[in-house]
Amino acid sequence: MEDALTSLADRVRAATAERTPLQIRAGGTKDFYGNTPRGEVLDPRVLQGILAYEPEELVITALAGTSLTEVEATLQAHGQMLAFEPPHFGSSATIGGCVAAGLAGPRRASSGYTYGSVRDFLLGARLLDGRGQLLSFGGTVIKNVAGYDVARVLAGSLGILGVIVDVSLKVLPRPVCEATLRFEMDEVTALSKLNSWGGEPLPISASAWSGGTLTLRLSGAAAAVRSARPRLGGEEIGSTDADAFWREVREHTAQFFAGSEPLWRLSLPSTAEPHGLSAEQLIEWGGALRWLRASLPATEIRGRAQRLGGHATLFRGGDRAQGVFTPLTPALAAIHQRLKAQFDPHGIFNPGRMFDVL
Amino acid sequence: MLIDEEDTRPYECDGLTLLRQLPMVVVLPESEAQVIQVLKICHALNVPVVPRGAGTGLAGSALPHAGGVLLSLAKFNRILKIDPQARTATVQPGVPNLAISAAAAPYRLYYAPDPSSQIACTIGGNVAENSGGVHCLKYGLTLHNVLRVHGLTVAGESVEFGGTSLDAPGLDLLALVIGSEGMLAVTTEVTVRLVPNPQTACCIMASFADVEDAGRAVAALIAAGIIPAGLEMLDQAAARLVEPFANAGYDLDAAAILLCESDGTPEEVAEEITRMSEVLRAAHATRLQVSAHEAERQRFWAGRKNAFPAAGRAAPAYYCTDGTIPRKHLGAMLKSIQAMERQFGLRCPNVFHAGDGNLHPLILFDDCDPDSVARAEAFGAAILEASVRLGGTITGEHGVGVEKLDQMCSQFDRPTLDAFHAVKRAFDPPGLLNPGKVVPTLHRCAEYGRMRVHAGELKFPELPRF
Repeated sequence: MEDALTSLADRVRAATAERTPLQIRAGGTKDFYGNTPRGEVLDPRVLQGILAYEPEELVITALAGTSLTEVEATLQAHGQMLAFEPPHFGSSATIGGCVAAGLAGPRRASSGYTYGSVRDFLLGARLLDGRGQLLSFGGTVIKNVAGYDVARVLAGSLGILGVIVDVSLKVLPRPVCEATLRFEMDEVTALSKLNSWGGEPLPISASAWSGGTLTLRLSGAAAAVRSARPRLGGEEIGSTDADAFWREVREHTAQFFAGSEPLWRLSLPSTAEPHGLSAEQLIEWGGALRWLRASLPATEIRGRAQRLGGHATLFRGGDRAQGVFTPLTPALAAIHQRLKAQFDPHGIFNPGRMFDVL
Repeated sequence: MLIDEEDTRPYECDGLTLLRQLPMVVVLPESEAQVIQVLKICHALNVPVVPRGAGTGLAGSALPHAGGVLLSLAKFNRILKIDPQARTATVQPGVPNLAISAAAAPYRLYYAPDPSSQIACTIGGNVAENSGGVHCLKYGLTLHNVLRVHGLTVAGESVEFGGTSLDAPGLDLLALVIGSEGMLAVTTEVTVRLVPNPQTACCIMASFADVEDAGRAVAALIAAGIIPAGLEMLDQAAARLVEPFANAGYDLDAAAILLCESDGTPEEVAEEITRMSEVLRAAHATRLQVSAHEAERQRFWAGRKNAFPAAGRAAPAYYCTDGTIPRKHLGAMLKSIQAMERQFGLRCPNVFHAGDGNLHPLILFDDCDPDSVARAEAFGAAILEASVRLGGTITGEHGVGVEKLDQMCSQFDRPTLDAFHAVKRAFDPPGLLNPGKVVPTLHRCAEYGRMRVHAGELKFPELPRF
């Protein structure tokens, strides 16, 4: 591992010296996400393997190029999981790419202790910066306020600050019991129900509404799931179908995601009213995540999302040239630019992947 | 604005009373416009600004700067909005932690992080320190429960971190600002997540004849797939310290006590208490007492939450640090602390957030005796150094402030410390927000290194040196 790390660091130093842009890319399962990648490919899969995993410490440390499937299988063998239920978007996904993309799946907005996104579970990370220096942020304990929490910023950083070398993630026991319920209801009723249920002590771990059907997953202690069933109503679906359903939602292989129309991701307050745009829609996270299939102008979709208190990302397809993410305010943009310059003084890492100026 | 010494004196320290410094001036603005004015003037004149909440912090993060402005946000004490449907509260930074839960109570919602000082400590201070509490393992830290921080840059420019949706475009700067100890921005408004009140809760008090057994019981609970709502450990000295003060009903013959809590629906709690009891018995608990009713559960916790005032009563002064270690080392760490009690000639009862591996040794000393003060500081530093050696951290929830600047040199290498300075520069190019805290200078680490060698306490003495 040390040799691989040394050669990666040499490569980074050479790229900085020659001002050569690098595209950090492992399995390439998320090439579609963010602005168009450019630069010479730097493949972190020279760093592979689980470095430490002690189930009773609830933490796993793995090199960035380790396969996400391998990480999840290792946890599964000990009855544990990555609670943010990350999408793979392909069999070659790595744990480093999972963290750099910062994308979470259906369980992200769950009730109880499984709530949270990638950053909420990221305890520590090592990073190669633009000078080829190895930096070590955070650690492996769940409470740690020594120094700034730079490790968590790497979640969703799209590789613009450096090459993630390894990550330490908090893991959790898999729920003892799960059940999936289905209800027929319109969008307004579904949003209202989801927000009211969210204020009650119910073990809801995922939700998906599309085309007049709301699907709800319950996870937790057997007693908790059992007592919530009559309270919620709905029709229970079998566990095989349920597992397939949530996998298809997570991996975007459900029918809704098929076809070539651009896919937009609207992150909104869960209570935001229906956006009223003419588009097919799938709603997750209790109303806080709304997927749209639409060829409408970006300005129209972004404007609507911002008026509703959130933001819109052109997630897949469409024209990436104008920037897929909602632009930052000038104050935030200035901090981003200075932060990028501190970690990557010559702008070699994934240039433009997040924003044109970074 | 306060200038006279008699007016600024109350601001000379925060909860870390070992260190005191009078500020040049104290300002107590009432509106964001006034804070902007203060920041713009200080920016133009190159004057340091130290933000302060309730001053309950234990690491000296709000220690004033001799040539600077102490910016108290105490008058920002309004709850702006409770949105029961969205389950959020938007509040000003000077609102006390517990006041948020009180305001949300009519909707059967609460704000989960509960630091022991929650009656007094403010949400602005909680954001600055990424405060924890006794329910972190299950409900998370401040970081996991804050959606949005509205603040001001060092230049007085308005800036928004996070938002009312679950994520925001760009880098997750909210994660950097939370826990930044007032060094990156000044918080003027916070939106927190509220969660439903559990229907019921129940607590087991488990006694152990040996501290290492208690430590192993903690690991056994987690290994059994249980995430307790609270999991606290008190050693015998701590139990004996608090019992006359709090009448908690603790087993004073036990070498260590674990408080293990379950919350949820009545059926869920009953199921979990049964499972917890089985694991604790198998882990050699000598006695289990399950709270029979809410009053008894509250009494179990009252003892734990009163550990600090009880320590204050037992000695002229106490010094508490908060190193965090992997749970598996809890028992061994307690044994090391017992050895250090003899080495430094001071008593040290221990209360731990055991579920998080977060230590709270209470070093009892005499603050009027300079030798006793020096031994207390050396004792605290030795525990932090041991925490780093065991793969942990020097601070789990209190922050670095000025207190643990030296130990930062042990936990992080030079390039990483430089990266922290770089983060500071990116947010605060002139370096005026709470300067000199959290990240030690190269010079300071060099001095600390020399001092440790002189004292004959080489780090990692087992390693060969050439």
